[in-house]
Amino acid sequence: MAKDTHVTPILDELETGPWPSFVSGIKRLRDQHDDGRIRGMANDLLGQLEHSYETRKGYWKGGTISVFGYGGGIIPRFSEVGKQFPESKEFHTLRVQPPAGNFYSTGILRQLADSWEKWGSGLVTFHGQTGNIMFIGANSENVQHFFDEINDYGFDLGGAGPCVRTGMSCVGAARCEMSNCNEHRIHRTLLTRFTDDIHRPALPYKFKFKVSGCPNDCMNAIERSDFAIIGTWRDNMKVDQDEVKAFVAKKGRQYVIDNVTTRCPTNCMTLNNDDTLTVDDRNCVKCMHCLNVMPKALHPGDDKGVSILLGGKRTLKIGDMMGTVIVPFMKMDTDEDYQRIVEIAENTIDFWAENGLEHERCGEMIDRIGLVNFLEGVGLEVDPNMVSHPRKSSYVRMDGWDEEAEKWFRRKAEEKQKAVGA
Amino acid sequence: MAQQPQMRTPIESGCPDGFQYMHPVMRKNFGRWKYHEHPGPGVLRHVAYSGDEIWTIRAGTQRILDVFTLRKLCEIGEKYADGYVRFTIRSNIEYMVSDTSKVEPLKQALEEAGFIVGGTKNSVAMMSHTQGWLHCDIPATDASGVVKAMMDELIDEFRNCDMPNRVHMTTSCCQINCGGQGDIAINIQHTKPPKINHSQVSNICERPSVVARCPVAAIRPALVDGKPSLEVDEKKCICCGACYPPCPPMQINDPENSKLAIWVGGNHSNARSAPSFQKLVAAGIPNNPPRWPEATAIVKRILQTYKKDAKDWERINDWIERIGWPRFFELTGLPFTKYHVDNWRGARNSLNASTHIRF
Repeated sequence: MAKDTHVTPILDELETGPWPSFVSGIKRLRDQHDDGRIRGMANDLLGQLEHSYETRKGYWKGGTISVFGYGGGIIPRFSEVGKQFPESKEFHTLRVQPPAGNFYSTGILRQLADSWEKWGSGLVTFHGQTGNIMFIGANSENVQHFFDEINDYGFDLGGAGPCVRTGMSCVGAARCEMSNCNEHRIHRTLLTRFTDDIHRPALPYKFKFKVSGCPNDCMNAIERSDFAIIGTWRDNMKVDQDEVKAFVAKKGRQYVIDNVTTRCPTNCMTLNNDDTLTVDDRNCVKCMHCLNVMPKALHPGDDKGVSILLGGKRTLKIGDMMGTVIVPFMKMDTDEDYQRIVEIAENTIDFWAENGLEHERCGEMIDRIGLVNFLEGVGLEVDPNMVSHPRKSSYVRMDGWDEEAEKWFRRKAEEKQKAVGA
Repeated sequence: MAQQPQMRTPIESGCPDGFQYMHPVMRKNFGRWKYHEHPGPGVLRHVAYSGDEIWTIRAGTQRILDVFTLRKLCEIGEKYADGYVRFTIRSNIEYMVSDTSKVEPLKQALEEAGFIVGGTKNSVAMMSHTQGWLHCDIPATDASGVVKAMMDELIDEFRNCDMPNRVHMTTSCCQINCGGQGDIAINIQHTKPPKINHSQVSNICERPSVVARCPVAAIRPALVDGKPSLEVDEKKCICCGACYPPCPPMQINDPENSKLAIWVGGNHSNARSAPSFQKLVAAGIPNNPPRWPEATAIVKRILQTYKKDAKDWERINDWIERIGWPRFFELTGLPFTKYHVDNWRGARNSLNASTHIRF
């Protein structure tokens, strides 16, 4: 037992009930850990937390802590009530980048746990909302030691502050039949390119990449990332009619009509009298609903690739924003395709770094300057897929109309020629 | 001259390669999966074109793990699951096994160790949340505590899969909302402007960046008692707390006046409708640790109404879209107030410009 164990009558209430309790976990560290340093830290952390529960106030303030060579990646926390709770008065979090797809062997988890109890509090989260492994609670001195140790065996800090942040990708092709791309390769290719921008915060504000392998968007990329990469396909979905028939036989026609065909947002499916399914693929918007209902019968097509949406973010500062389509479709097959996606990201980040205001997210900058100015800045062509409808306001100067129309026809002709050539 | 201590140069390795930690059956069948089934709560069965299969067993944890708990999870993984795991975006742990016979013993071992098997398909998934009083610098509540208290009450909804569709819940310890979007989001709302400690401002704060940080331009430089400081136009202030991190003397935490608010209908999937943000349905809920019974009661009421009234596959936003917001407030018995009407940029888009009215 740590000496002078703080009493925690309010927190004790969170040890009741069936769900696993984080309070019991911290108490285990306080009561059972071999290392007196960890016991003491856990004790004072509980003391401060109980004090927060009593007074309904938080008592942490930020500061500046980083490891040698880097500018960010640590969330510094100093206690405002450190005199009462001295052993946890410095309680910094190290944000560490997880493997793409969040895969671990128990061996590597044990190794990380060993390092963390050597230098830190013994509290860890897989994962924080930015995607990092959160190692919660190192004092200022041990931050460097812990980082050195895990960095030697392959782990690196993630982003904190105005920089490129840690990426996230779904389980993807490793386990999911809906995957339309190699999520992990896209994730690692982009993050590796911007490693310097992760470690040295010098951008207007945060910039997040997230990769989901299909439009179900399990990584919440459209809402929560500045640069969302969503796997999709552009040819016909695959329909296994025998499996459709088996599904209808099992669930009944009514169920299939109510839950598959009428829930299609573009009404592009028909259930035929012989219990097969006809799909008007030209009007399918790849929403994933029918594939989710009948995962055995329906699959993405063969012409797979990704859509890219830019500018998603939560409230601060001008309100919620969804990402906007900037690349309706691109293939992700060859090394050149990967080079191209890196180039689009580079152009975006460069343009935003030049033109964004302090503390202005990329999407907010686009909102301020207009999508067209942004597209011209990064060298992308306009596309009707970027809007939900054309302009409504007639207050616009359009004296460049003829050249722009000409550009469109030229582009369409080139695309046609390319298609014939291929 | 004394030798400077040699600093170690970091290895900027970035994101580690996940393949080295991936179950061999997943590595072998990467990109070659055919379909999946849901044999029961907490269990997924994926079948590859090769005929191989992988079983996933998902369990809820307390998210903030101590090393003892982490090692316990590892021990279970080594004994029953070939030593491979992954974590989901909602901090659930997943074990993958290629042998059917390993599924039941693994489930049993997890439950015996106090973890909760579930969180798949049409369940109320584990809540994603922020750091709260344990680590955040502007928290008005303790997200970990809210989640523990609510998951205790919703454990059957996590274990069973009998909701119309999946339900994602989140909590955030301020309205900046790091916790994420949710079908139901429980976020704290500061309701009073920051209290300024004027004697500290000029020493600690970079005043122009604090001014720039305010989303409604309510902060301006001021001279207070002859010292440079800042003042807040309290009529404009929306009490977001964004000024606090760059300027701690602008104290936003308020034990009495910070209240919980509940938002519904956030859905990040493109399935059926386009992704949607969550909308305000209830506010002024007491921030009442350690069990937050008032907030939990409202969440349960919304969940029960949804479960009873929604059709198969409807997420909460799809359900409300079908029945309309007036009916939502009627069915849940929640009051509709002037605070539910958006007054932010683009608010007109959320007003009803039609006679589409359900009577």
